[in-house]
Amino acid sequence: MSILVDRSTRLLVQGITGSAGSFHAEQMMDYGTRLVAGVTPGRGGTRFANAVPVFHTVERAVRETGADASVIFVPPAHAADAILEAAEAGLRLVVAITEGIPILDMVRVKRALAGNTRTRLLGPNCPGVITPGECKIGIMPGHIHRPGRVGIVSRSGTLTYEAVAQLSALGMGQSTAVGIGGDPVHGTGFVDVLRLFEEDPGTDAVILIGEIGGTEEESAAAWIAEHMTKPVVGFIAGRTAPPGKRMGHAGAVISGGSGTAEAKLEALRRAGVALCDGPHLLGRTMREVLSAPARRAQHRRERRGAGGVRVVPARAAKAPDREA
Amino acid sequence: MKIHEYQAKELLRRFGVAVPRGYLAATALEAESASRQLGGPICVVKAQIHAGGRGKAGGVKLARSPEEAQQHAEELLGTILRTAQTGPAGQEVRKLYVEEGCRIARELYLGVTLDRESGRVTMMASSEGGVDIEDVARNHPERILRASVDPLTGLTPHQARRLAFELELVGESVDAFVRFATGLYRAYAATDASLAEINPLVVTVAGEVVALDAKMTFDDNALPQHPDVAALRDPAEEDPREAAAKDHELSYIALDGDIGCMVNGAGLAMATMDVIRLAGGAPANFLDVGGGADEAKVAAAFELLLADPNVKAVLVNIFGGIMKCDVIANGILAAARQVGLSIPLVVRLQGTNVALGAQLLAESDLDIIPADDLGDAARKAVAAARAA
Repeated sequence: MSILVDRSTRLLVQGITGSAGSFHAEQMMDYGTRLVAGVTPGRGGTRFANAVPVFHTVERAVRETGADASVIFVPPAHAADAILEAAEAGLRLVVAITEGIPILDMVRVKRALAGNTRTRLLGPNCPGVITPGECKIGIMPGHIHRPGRVGIVSRSGTLTYEAVAQLSALGMGQSTAVGIGGDPVHGTGFVDVLRLFEEDPGTDAVILIGEIGGTEEESAAAWIAEHMTKPVVGFIAGRTAPPGKRMGHAGAVISGGSGTAEAKLEALRRAGVALCDGPHLLGRTMREVLSAPARRAQHRRERRGAGGVRVVPARAAKAPDREA
Repeated sequence: MKIHEYQAKELLRRFGVAVPRGYLAATALEAESASRQLGGPICVVKAQIHAGGRGKAGGVKLARSPEEAQQHAEELLGTILRTAQTGPAGQEVRKLYVEEGCRIARELYLGVTLDRESGRVTMMASSEGGVDIEDVARNHPERILRASVDPLTGLTPHQARRLAFELELVGESVDAFVRFATGLYRAYAATDASLAEINPLVVTVAGEVVALDAKMTFDDNALPQHPDVAALRDPAEEDPREAAAKDHELSYIALDGDIGCMVNGAGLAMATMDVIRLAGGAPANFLDVGGGADEAKVAAAFELLLADPNVKAVLVNIFGGIMKCDVIANGILAAARQVGLSIPLVVRLQGTNVALGAQLLAESDLDIIPADDLGDAARKAVAAARAA
């Protein structure tokens, strides 16, 4: 089992003829992802890599190939429109890899997707999502992954790869690894993904990797405290970042005293998350946590208080971008 | 991207936002003539730098005559202004803005920015104008009024009216405020701003609502769509190393430590800084060469690092995913030879072809300290910087 994507996922690539789009389309095909279509306006009727049909529009690509997920490599100025096109064509999952989409473009996209229960947006500015051995949608190096039972959700690409490589090296495979992206306005959030992992029988534990900026980690902590029964290992990047400076990601900035690593760490600690001082400790910490599951479960029950009623969260048939 | 106060005011004027009359002055004589043109009993001479807190630092002076304006200008031009936002190095005053004075009845605050939680733009208003709004937000959050803007409609007149009444404005000031606030939002949205802040927003004795100060920041990602805004850039106000990094599509932020860092990925770059601190050292910079760093980028990044005279040791931390470690190793070696490496270099490579990459580094004639993981790398870099 896994979340979001599996071997039945039928993928189309928006921007398949661009340099990043074509390179990663081939990488995804090599990994075994079912790449059924490509879209580049003006290049319809051609074939990508002599195999994948290319269409002018997403609507036509979906109609002719039955694609149910899309990955976007369209340049920043046109990427917001590409997301809207994918949503309008009724795709179930839209993964926006593009970095550098103007924030107000995303504000409008989010407004347009409000109330849309069919399409889930992942990203933008994210590495994508992978279910090892089944389906890779995005730009992550596929070969470092191993099928298994640890879920990963992260705002950072390379930190996700760090976590994956350590888990694989220590013999712990991954159910699904999800990058939610580093932009301040994005689709699927931590809470959405945590809920999916909590409900997934194929996931035993979760690694959560956050960074400074915003309050999404705090929302995640609140959700974990309330609903999560599976152990969570966490890391927050940017403890030493100076306020007011944007640390690479558009969303990674401490402003007005909010978005600090301390506040996030404190919230996660209180929610019972096993925190790491550095990303190099993620694998080891997960191994310790998994080797003592009974103790952690006990800890959780005590924290929640005896006799409490478990609230079973409803299946995620909701706007993809809402969190908490 | 940041712009100057006088630029922000010119821009806002085009959207019907009320701002006082004023002129830019680059010399004391220009300041004198600006003051003369403004007429009026009083004018304000304001240092134009990309940082707030100018008033407290002595960068804003009242003049009661053109001669006095000239005198203030002579004092201000060329001085280094150190405000709460410039840091200890300060910023040189190169330009002045000479503005008409006004009779202030009330000082308010008005700002527009993104609310990340809702994913919408929000307008914030407060009757506590002229002070640090972040202090107000911390100590008296209830004194900040908010209006969440639907991108479909923009800030509506009724939202602006509500803010006006909650700010206890009366009479003509209510309409003046509504015009001001809706204009401010339109300016923000039309230019893809990331911050528009009027602090203080002044209600004059005559009931007018005008921007005494104005600060605007823009979304770098949208600048290609707004060449008129992009043209307002003032490179003299930017850190030269950060500007050079931008030209190479590198994300670089200068810090005050002595360990230069080169990392791929923003999250990993931040984490590298954290682990250096944890090991007792101090990073000299944040530097993200990007997830798909190639040999040329690695070389450019290397030069940038070594150009910082504070750097006593370099830590390279690369996770080679799609990009293979042997290619990265070659980039490091080429750059180190080209630049002439004279300080310790700690390299931690992980990912595709890691053995091949490590072998290339080990067999080179350069003195490279290899590291296994980030913790090990940080400890070695801190030790190397101390020994230097």
